[in-house]
Amino acid sequence: MLKKRIIPCLDIKDGRTVKGINFVDITDAGDPIELAKSYVKQGADELVFLDITATIEKRKTLVELVTHIAEEINIPFTVGGGINTIEDVSAVIKAGADKVSVNSSAVKNPKLITEIANEFGSQCVVVAIDTKYVDGEWMVFVHGGRTATPLKTLDWVKKVEVLGAGEILLTSMNNDGTKAGFALDITEQVSKAVNIPVIASGGAGTKGHFKTLFESTDASAGLAASIFHYGEIPIPELKQYLQNENIAIRWT
Amino acid sequence: MIAIIKYNAGNIRSVQNALNRLGYNSIITDNKEEILAADKVIFPGVGEASSAMKYLRDKGLDDVILSIKKPMLGICLGLQLMCDYSEEGDTKCLGIFNAQVKKFPPNEKVPHIGWNSFSDIKGELFQDIKTDNDMYYVHSYYAEKNSQTVATCDYIKSFASAMQKNNFYATQFHPEKSAEVGTQLLKNFLEL
Repeated sequence: MLKKRIIPCLDIKDGRTVKGINFVDITDAGDPIELAKSYVKQGADELVFLDITATIEKRKTLVELVTHIAEEINIPFTVGGGINTIEDVSAVIKAGADKVSVNSSAVKNPKLITEIANEFGSQCVVVAIDTKYVDGEWMVFVHGGRTATPLKTLDWVKKVEVLGAGEILLTSMNNDGTKAGFALDITEQVSKAVNIPVIASGGAGTKGHFKTLFESTDASAGLAASIFHYGEIPIPELKQYLQNENIAIRWT
Repeated sequence: MIAIIKYNAGNIRSVQNALNRLGYNSIITDNKEEILAADKVIFPGVGEASSAMKYLRDKGLDDVILSIKKPMLGICLGLQLMCDYSEEGDTKCLGIFNAQVKKFPPNEKVPHIGWNSFSDIKGELFQDIKTDNDMYYVHSYYAEKNSQTVATCDYIKSFASAMQKNNFYATQFHPEKSAEVGTQLLKNFLEL
């Protein structure tokens, strides 16, 4: 049986993890490699690294980091944040990333999705979408959620599937940071609208939120950052809970 | 020395990283002598079948692969290219396994991405691995089950998760990305 995936997201700035606490088995939560290895040990099914560095030196630092991550961890990982060109994609994939996620750059240049799919396969392309409920409609936002677009989320997801996306990472801005639960309605609408896997993000605050996500939507995975970084919900505890609740998860 | 066949497919670096973690030296090569001299050969791949087969034929690597006498492990696209035929790009493949590769019908999410267990496993590749262990898959095409199938996975269809014929082994999943269980499978292959 295909398992529901639990995916921690790590924010990276200048090669360091932005936030997080020191777990018992690591001494430096700012070291992305140590934190990633700890998550793997805890049973994370996949990892997402989101680079929020804004400097010119960005790509070089990121490629070095991706190379080290790929040497050290034995589960799949996605790299996103400022991936604008096929050259950016090529650099991180060749360094060992399994997938890239594109967000604003795909809205600006939708052909990028097809270019990546043609060169590296659809399985490499995760289209990340920041969505916000505005005047009765779920809309697409870009630039870290700061800029509105005229795109309706349900139209955009169908388009990115046709263009060659392999997965959708859907973040509800209304829910992100609230710890009040995932946006179940738009997650389910998106899952029904496309035939590619959907990763739900934004709003996870309790173990029960993951159970509700997997029971009431077709989401293939749940992604969260702070609840894992700050140790609020240890991954083994979350997985044990989901297993007891008869959600199919990977048990290591 | 382990040879990893170099061709126009991704994911090769990940395989080498996994071998390094297990303490094995490897080379990524498309050189016939180096491939045939290796103790073990790994034929990895993520990519598209017709362009991959064309690349192998243009480089003469199709004949090299068929003449390998040491254990060889195909991974993901590697498994599919070792079959008779793939619907992807209407491609005649290497014909090591008597199986057809077909596209998943869109009954459920495609690609099949994520961790999945087995309905059946057998043989030396799966020593110390259990049917309820999960491996990481990412694919839109699958190989039909046949008498050479040594592991079965269920997703939309019951398909060949692993195959073996003489010295040729192959897995649809990515052992190099499948945490400790995947590492165990690689170890089993390397210790054959």
